[in-house]
Amino acid sequence: MSTIVTPGSRPNRSAVHRYLLLLWHDKFATAAVMFLLLVFFAALFGPALFESASNRINLLARNAPPLSFQHGWTFILGADSLGRSILLRLIVGAQNTMLLAASAVVCSLLVGSFLGFIAGYRNDWTSAVIMRVADVVMSFPSLLLALIVLYVLTPGIANVILVLAITRIPIYLRTTRAEVLEVRERTFVTAARIMGASPRRLIWRHIRPTVTPTLITIATLEFAFVMLSESSLSFLGLGIQPPAFTWGAMVAQGQSYLSTAWWVAFWPGVAITLTAMSLNLFANWLRIVGDPVQRWRLESRKKTS
Amino acid sequence: MRGYIGSRMAHSAISMVGLVVLVFFLARLTGNPVDIYLPIEASAEARTAFSEAHGFDDPLIVQFWHFVRDLARLDFGMSLRQDRPVLDLVLAAFPTTLLLALCAMFIALVVAIVSGALAAQRPNGVLDRFVNVISLAGASLPNFWLAIVAVLVFAVGLRWLPTSGTGGFVHWILPVMVLSVRPCGLIAQVVRGSMISAMSSAYVKTARAKGVRRTTIIFVHALRNAMLPVITVAGDQATGMINGAVVVEVIFGLPGIGKLMIDSIQYRDFAMVQGGVIITAVAIFALNIAIDLSYALLDPRIRYS
Repeated sequence: MSTIVTPGSRPNRSAVHRYLLLLWHDKFATAAVMFLLLVFFAALFGPALFESASNRINLLARNAPPLSFQHGWTFILGADSLGRSILLRLIVGAQNTMLLAASAVVCSLLVGSFLGFIAGYRNDWTSAVIMRVADVVMSFPSLLLALIVLYVLTPGIANVILVLAITRIPIYLRTTRAEVLEVRERTFVTAARIMGASPRRLIWRHIRPTVTPTLITIATLEFAFVMLSESSLSFLGLGIQPPAFTWGAMVAQGQSYLSTAWWVAFWPGVAITLTAMSLNLFANWLRIVGDPVQRWRLESRKKTS
Repeated sequence: MRGYIGSRMAHSAISMVGLVVLVFFLARLTGNPVDIYLPIEASAEARTAFSEAHGFDDPLIVQFWHFVRDLARLDFGMSLRQDRPVLDLVLAAFPTTLLLALCAMFIALVVAIVSGALAAQRPNGVLDRFVNVISLAGASLPNFWLAIVAVLVFAVGLRWLPTSGTGGFVHWILPVMVLSVRPCGLIAQVVRGSMISAMSSAYVKTARAKGVRRTTIIFVHALRNAMLPVITVAGDQATGMINGAVVVEVIFGLPGIGKLMIDSIQYRDFAMVQGGVIITAVAIFALNIAIDLSYALLDPRIRYS
């Protein structure tokens, strides 16, 4: 990717520094990244720090309302029907929520783009077979497919990841194939082919770098989507099973106390929404930064302000 | 064009065959219906009699042959749970889901197109930022959570609308609103993006120079050209509506396809699952072909090539 060196800008500025400056310029994206970092650290360290505290049953604090310090700062978001702190449960639940979504996204990204490269590069009967299989998966409403598969397999962590990954593979497959079909006709690929590059080298060294930014953006968007799907599955009782829980399962659990303790179902939903929104904002920013034409606009705007 | 539709139909037919095989064997893998429909203490004779009566004792391949043979005559078999023809049950449930999806899609499209088109008039203006954040938030809301929060506020709190069930117009307001939020957010994002590029095109400048009224430029000249990506996303969302409908129908107790399918999967009602999935898939294929045709209607360049 080319860098636009304009007079006045320090040429020794590192790439990371440049991206951080670009990020800082977009305040929404900055807020999104900061929130995502918060969730990331909660997912990483939450269970280790608060696992036992989040399971502590405190009957005095049963359905304690939010925004009250009566039972200590951990009850700022209220407590559930067993008197467990909702804030701590959110922090601990972040790990399963993020782990499931991230694993599913990585699996479908790897498998989908691999098949997409094959389908796009070969463009013969293999491509046709791959595309028809993708059509079958696409025409099956994904939630129903997940339901059926989770009845076949028991709803454990690995199976939920598998189901979420399978239903999203066609997205990467189609995008990769379309991009590869377009990129492989470009001059630099033709030139490399004429110079005798092997198909493997063509794909890996010449086509893949051009396609990767698009795939990263899609994966970020998909992260939000998969997290929402996983929440729906948990809500319908087919996600990972207790005592493990995700934010979606917390909403489901709180649904029965809706009229007496709305906060039990409310906060996990807020956490899901904010995380999904941050991912969407971040993906939008990535798309702009990944596109040299649009990035230039961001950079020039930064200078004038 | 006709050749194109022909090949599309052929592709859809191949995918349908794949789907029929997939749904048949997946459904069979979910378990034995005998365990669910007969009491645990049922005698071996009773179990054999039940299996024989419903053909579950035949080898799988024979069952599959019977299924395909009946399917060719558009006979989807009898529902195990309700002892009525599957086709009747699906056709009875279809209007509910269709009405739900159509109303939600209509509202989503109108709101998204108007707000997206207006936001694109001043990129990075106040309205644009507002629409951008609101639509991102809408796209990030988990619909099951939105549904229960909406019930909490409008049905339990304000007592304006019924919590669930069927009846008059008022029973439809909450489900349709909840279902329309996510597609609306996603479509508004796409409308905004493609309107921004349409508004900076040469034909809009020409129209402006000729003194065409502003609203005419926006809604006739630019919007028509900005519609192609919008239709693609709207089509994807229409397929996704089935997923949303499952959740919304379960929460609001609407007797639609989603509710029917969830119950059938739970009760191992194989004929019902097969029939429901196949008929839904046919509707999705028809929709996708209609979307391809609407490209041609909107864009003469596609029509004549």
